[in-house]
Amino acid sequence: MLQLENVSFTVEVEGKEKQIIKNVSLSIPDDRLFVVTGPNGGGKSSLAKLIAGIYVPTSGKIIFNGVDITDMSITDRARLGIGFAFQQPVKFKGMTVLDLLRIAAGKRISITDACEYLSSVGLCARDYISREVNSSLSGGELKRIEIATVIARNTPLSLFDEPEAGIDLWSFKNLIDVFERMRENIKGGSIMIISHQERILSIADEIIVLKNGELDRQGARDEILPSLIGTSSAISDCKMGAVKKGAEE
Amino acid sequence: MKPLDEIQKRLLYEVADLHSVPEGAYNIRSNSESAGRRSTENIEIISKTDVSGLEIHIKPGTKNESVHIPVVMTESGLKETVYNDFYIGEGADVVIIAGCGIDNCGNQDSQHDGIHRFFVEKNAKIKYVEKHYGSGEGKGKRILNPVTEVYQKENSAVTMEMVQIKGVDDTERTTKAVLEEGAKLVVRERLMTHGEQRAISVYNVELNGKGSSADVVSRSVARDDSYQKFDAKITGNAECSGHTECDSIIMDNGRILAVPGLEANCVDASLVHEAAIGKIAGEQLIKLMTLGLTEQEAEEQIINGFLR
Repeated sequence: MLQLENVSFTVEVEGKEKQIIKNVSLSIPDDRLFVVTGPNGGGKSSLAKLIAGIYVPTSGKIIFNGVDITDMSITDRARLGIGFAFQQPVKFKGMTVLDLLRIAAGKRISITDACEYLSSVGLCARDYISREVNSSLSGGELKRIEIATVIARNTPLSLFDEPEAGIDLWSFKNLIDVFERMRENIKGGSIMIISHQERILSIADEIIVLKNGELDRQGARDEILPSLIGTSSAISDCKMGAVKKGAEE
Repeated sequence: MKPLDEIQKRLLYEVADLHSVPEGAYNIRSNSESAGRRSTENIEIISKTDVSGLEIHIKPGTKNESVHIPVVMTESGLKETVYNDFYIGEGADVVIIAGCGIDNCGNQDSQHDGIHRFFVEKNAKIKYVEKHYGSGEGKGKRILNPVTEVYQKENSAVTMEMVQIKGVDDTERTTKAVLEEGAKLVVRERLMTHGEQRAISVYNVELNGKGSSADVVSRSVARDDSYQKFDAKITGNAECSGHTECDSIIMDNGRILAVPGLEANCVDASLVHEAAIGKIAGEQLIKLMTLGLTEQEAEEQIINGFLR
């Protein structure tokens, strides 16, 4: 269970203060898949980074399973059980996919176990396990490896920042399967996905809409989704195909 | 021949992964004396008569054999220059493992300058591994100045792995290679400097034969107040391809100078140089921290991977 109490986040841009998140209060109970949507620049990614500890709120409190984590480091939050998949996967020269999955799992998992994580994100494991996590991998491959690291962590709260960004339509369909499987095994945990893809919104239990840094709405999927269809908060995947064409090169 | 003590054994392990006497041909040099030698049917190791050093003769066609020639030094104040010449016969395919470990507990500098020359005949193939390691608490410096010269005949292939990760205070490494038709050279250098250490690495590769190629890649980390200079020059005198790359991480007050040098004297020479120096990317640290590592653990993982 994650709670945000009056969380605000302000940054300085060219000498002026800009409020990215404005007084947001939220409750993310266990056993649910949440999707956070809203127009671009609405503060979705910032919200996820505030939860993971990459950003520190200017004011307000973040409570995770009863523990006040507002001032905790990224590391401590990770160890407490928060997983975070980056929108732009990070590359590492020399570090292999297996190295990264072992760090994520927190132990020297076997190659077979590591392969399972890769298979679950639709990568043919044997081809990837000893590859370096560098620019020799395509954007889509890096993205799926990024998601595999979060699956390998098996944390009570898993955050995904725009998991569909940079992957092709075919992979996107696999991705939906990945999240549906995670949803089936959610017991005792929760998943929070930042996305404005209609297909991802349609597997949510609850939808949160952020607009201009403020909480616009939060509620059950069936209650929120119909009003979002056709807006920039719920883009259909055929549109995505057009937009993302050539994204995975 | 004196038996090796515990420190010498540890150095031997660090530079040559050896727990005891290796398989195949070897010569172990300890404090300027031979601590063991074995020649085999195909590989003959003999002492030079004019200067200190060895001649290593590998018969044509020798396959899947190895030569170990590690050097360990534990006496403070020892300075030596050693000339080793390798003659690799036509069509041979061997692994040569050199390396030098210095433990200096005294206040005088210890220095080993190894001058290695490789004469690689037609179609011969070698893998040369050289590790440098220093330890000891003394004020005396540990100094290594290796000179490597490689002369490659037609269609020969040389792969060199040079590793210096710990404990060497001062290094000036000079590597020269001359390649004939179809010859191929691959160099992988890994270097980390600490404290006040200084490391200079100079490459001079001449691609003289049609279809020859060289790929020289250095990855290095400069920590504390250390200084590194990577100076790699490839000259293309024929239809050839050359690539040098210097990829470095700087930390603390470390300093690195990368000097690219490409000279094309033939219109069909294709030469590329890449160099990148920078600190560890903040996003790499953050990513590993979101996987539960502390900042320091993340740094170690990134460097370990980088220098692998």
